[in-house]
Amino acid sequence: MDFAFMRDSFLTLIGGVPLTLNLAFMAVGLGAVLAMLLALMRMSGLKVLDWPAQAYVFVFRGTPLLVQIFLIYYGLGQFRPTLQEWGLWTFFREPYWCAVFALTLNTAAYASEIIRGGLQSVPHNQVEAARACGMSGFLLFRRIVFPIAVRQALPAYGSEIILMVKATSLASIITMMEVTGLAAKLISQSFRAVEVFVVAGLIYLVLNFIITRIIMAIEWWLSPHLRRPPAVEPRLEAAHV
Amino acid sequence: MQQLSYFELVGFGPNGWGWALLTAAAMTIAVAICGFLTGSVVGTLVAWGKIGGNLVIRSLADGYTTVLRGIPDLLVIYLFYFGGSAALGAIGSLFGADGFIGVPAFVTGALAIGIISGAYQAEVFRGAYQVVSRGEIEAARSVGMHRWLMFRRIIAPQVLRYAIPGLGNTWQLVLKESALISVTGLVELLRQSHIAAGSTRRPFDFYLTAAVLYLLITWVSTYLFQRAETHSMRGMRRAS
Repeated sequence: MDFAFMRDSFLTLIGGVPLTLNLAFMAVGLGAVLAMLLALMRMSGLKVLDWPAQAYVFVFRGTPLLVQIFLIYYGLGQFRPTLQEWGLWTFFREPYWCAVFALTLNTAAYASEIIRGGLQSVPHNQVEAARACGMSGFLLFRRIVFPIAVRQALPAYGSEIILMVKATSLASIITMMEVTGLAAKLISQSFRAVEVFVVAGLIYLVLNFIITRIIMAIEWWLSPHLRRPPAVEPRLEAAHV
Repeated sequence: MQQLSYFELVGFGPNGWGWALLTAAAMTIAVAICGFLTGSVVGTLVAWGKIGGNLVIRSLADGYTTVLRGIPDLLVIYLFYFGGSAALGAIGSLFGADGFIGVPAFVTGALAIGIISGAYQAEVFRGAYQVVSRGEIEAARSVGMHRWLMFRRIIAPQVLRYAIPGLGNTWQLVLKESALISVTGLVELLRQSHIAAGSTRRPFDFYLTAAVLYLLITWVSTYLFQRAETHSMRGMRRAS
């Protein structure tokens, strides 16, 4: 192991971290909105809404992400004149937006199932109690169902975010220079696969470790009812002081 | 030259890529199966280390599963692809051969997938082992079975039964990972579509076909795993 080389490659690879995180958070953020929509479609009880959502989830979970990325980045080039006409070509020309788009569509499929599981786990007596207090419709969803569902879905959503951070590495195949892209370039220049791999792997491990810690903190913050109440200090009576 | 229709393009005619795509799909399945089986061997050993190892072995096994599940698969594939040839080159130079020695892409791919999926399968096997009741193992020991016989007759069949759903999930992961092997130049489904797309300038048609073929493979394997699950549970009483 050549530690001087490893330090140099660390300095190179750390430059890719902003793009990795950028791709991951764009995809997770946009994907969450789409996933919520899909979950609501699936739970609407209307076949017209349920079936398209089910088909969407089946297709995006059943095909490799790399195929989806290629289909969007290279595949849509086949319709370039039409896309130019619609003014969408500036969007699909950029590898960054193609990567974000593909990652978003992909994570939405997985996340919609997680959100659906969370929504279905809300105990029915909570809904009944809310109805008894006179809540209904959006107010009931916003105040009762959604917060409980978020709490339930958070651990699974956390692992989906980790998967997304790992999945951003595929953007390197369509020329995005994030951590894996830089690592591949370094390896092909220096032929020192092991050193670069160790450094890049450590960067990803640290990123994922920090993200899991953040999710655990949010989980702790969202479940005050599961924590032990703080010990109440006996207050000194004025007379005894 | 007249534009070919979609079905002429991916069909089995003189200008069609149908056979090439089907062969490539077979290659995808082959590399996925080899990787999955390698992963089963690795996973079994790692799960054994996690269950029965001493502190050193156990922390090694824990480290392995944490690391391999925490870093991108593509990085591991690059390590095997570039690192494998470098290692072989170093060994070759000991024996007087110099220059670049390439590792066959199939071997690299199957090994990389095996090492990655081994981490997932280890967790599946460990979870399944914990479901096997202690009484079964004590009973086996009391009739005088030694370790290997007990593993073969009592533990392995039951662990496998409980592991089938988890193994099904891992298989789906492996299948999708096999698309990443295309970066090493192995002509599997995605690589073949890439080649075809390049030479016909019809990328959308070919990637769409690849997606459909992947979907077909996933769908059939989901069905097969479901069949295996019901078959393995045929003697079990069901809760609820």
